[in-house]
Amino acid sequence: MHDFLVGHYFYWFIFLLMTIGLAGIILKRNLIKKVIGMSILQVAIILFFVASASKWDATVPILDPALGAADVTKYINPLPHCLMLTAIVVGVATSGVAFALIIMIWRRFRTLDENELLEKLKNDPD
Amino acid sequence: MIPTNAPALAPLIFLLAALIIPLAALRIRRLAYVLAMAAAAAAAAVSVGNIFRVLESGTVHYRFGGWPPPLGIEYVLDPLSAFITAVINLTALVVLVHARLTVAADLPERKHVPYYALVMLMMSGFNGIVLTGDFFNLYVFLEIASLSLYGLIAVGDRKSPVAAFRYLVIGMVGGGFYLLGVGFLYINSGSLNMADLKAILPAVGARPEIIVALCFMVLGFGIKMALFPLHGWLPDAYTYAPTATSSLMAPIGTKIGAYGLLRVLFFVFGVNFVTRTVPLAQVISWLAAAGILYGSIMAMAQDELKRMLAFSSIAQVGYIGLGIGLANPLGLLGAVLHVLNHGLMKACLFLVAGNFRMRLGHSRIRALDSGARRRMPWTSAAFTLAALSMIGLPPTVGFFSKWYLALGTIRNRSWIFLAVILASSLLNAVYFFRVIERLYLRPAMQDNEARETEGRSEVAPSMLLPTLVLALSLVVIGLLNVVIVKGLLVRFLPPGLEFAFP
Repeated sequence: MHDFLVGHYFYWFIFLLMTIGLAGIILKRNLIKKVIGMSILQVAIILFFVASASKWDATVPILDPALGAADVTKYINPLPHCLMLTAIVVGVATSGVAFALIIMIWRRFRTLDENELLEKLKNDPD
Repeated sequence: MIPTNAPALAPLIFLLAALIIPLAALRIRRLAYVLAMAAAAAAAAVSVGNIFRVLESGTVHYRFGGWPPPLGIEYVLDPLSAFITAVINLTALVVLVHARLTVAADLPERKHVPYYALVMLMMSGFNGIVLTGDFFNLYVFLEIASLSLYGLIAVGDRKSPVAAFRYLVIGMVGGGFYLLGVGFLYINSGSLNMADLKAILPAVGARPEIIVALCFMVLGFGIKMALFPLHGWLPDAYTYAPTATSSLMAPIGTKIGAYGLLRVLFFVFGVNFVTRTVPLAQVISWLAAAGILYGSIMAMAQDELKRMLAFSSIAQVGYIGLGIGLANPLGLLGAVLHVLNHGLMKACLFLVAGNFRMRLGHSRIRALDSGARRRMPWTSAAFTLAALSMIGLPPTVGFFSKWYLALGTIRNRSWIFLAVILASSLLNAVYFFRVIERLYLRPAMQDNEARETEGRSEVAPSMLLPTLVLALSLVVIGLLNVVIVKGLLVRFLPPGLEFAFP
């Protein structure tokens, strides 16, 4: 049990971060804060991948003559990092689209508060 | 050259068009639509050709950059992906023919070029999702398609940015969950390739991490396919999006989520894992059954035609989910056949809603009467045919997929699901006959402006023709369904679920 809690401490922090992100998306009334929650959730997922590749007593995955290529445990798996480069790009694009939509919403309804927005939508004709 | 590259061709055609359209349209705006149509036609031709290629020579693999599969990204053209790409590309082609005039009416001129470029990008994403054999590649295409879809929704009515924002938040969470599932899967197996994972997973066994991975992936696809109770984004998005967007995303968008579910559950984890080790298929079928009833009941309460169709989509996606959840060959055949059928029916119905909006200026059910029908007899006829198909009257296509689903429930002896299918057919009849009754039996209102414009004022041929083609295809494909099912669909059935027709 002790090993399970301490050995995975990094994952507990990621879990906490994910919860904070989801709570931001669900509980916060302001649309900008929802986007912040989204970013936190994305960062948590990115950290999850990056953490999964970390390894003690290993080095960057570039062939080192001193270590040789025979023992792959001497190197860190580079794939999760590469995947996360793409995921970061996706995250940036998502935030960009979200902010563009927020600008449109602000211009049309002059509010970013979810409750006020729902109220205005209900009273809006069409 | 073409045969070996066949799997990658359709997504690349759309991707290329998405890049060329903004450049070419710098000089001549009208080129945007021409190029979009050309790309859609080329992709439809390629994907129909792919069906015959698969029937002839079996599954085709394409390696990106020449790297062999477990390391490199592989595209797989098997009977299932060939069928789904053909359905989505043909539907997109027909809808794009219709889209020219509605886009011109719905959007200011400066937005036309980016609109068509985004449509191409979205179609590229959808094709990529279906054809890829790599889980992370699937995530990238999922996000490409979703991001373009948010943009396509947000250019609609006054309220559309709010609907698009809600979809963005929920869709991002869905994509994130899927990615997390992929992460768990990768940590435990060391592979992202679907075929490779299928070989590795039995050796890994039912470890908690694998189960968590499966649950996260199902959750992600469930959000994308609007499986009840994850459907919250759908009604507003369909209602407020421009006609062209809603008639593209209704037949295609949610089906892609269903395809992902099918792929993950039966082609990677295997039928034993998802029904016995983790009874996830049963959960999906109960959620789908709840969605069928919820969508049908909510559809009855709607006054706006597009909103009614949106809730009906939740119910129809429920059929697909139910077929997947039954996890027997007949249920899967019904589900995949329903992807085709619902694609055609919903495209036809949304085109009809677009036609009403074009000519009458609205698509409110309460304002429809026989005056509308007298003005637009062909559109009304197409609506009636598609509505009959939704209810499931033979010989339209709707009957046959429900027939396979019903046979599937009988095979599993799940009588409650059989009752749900029958009850929802009745509910479908209630909410569609409400409209048909108004169109054909309710006398025209006196103060209606229809009086002054007595006589026909059908929409332009470029809008009417796609509507009628889709409506007729409902009957033609209904009559030919046995060819499709026996010739193509039985071949996709995953191992452990083979089925031979008597």
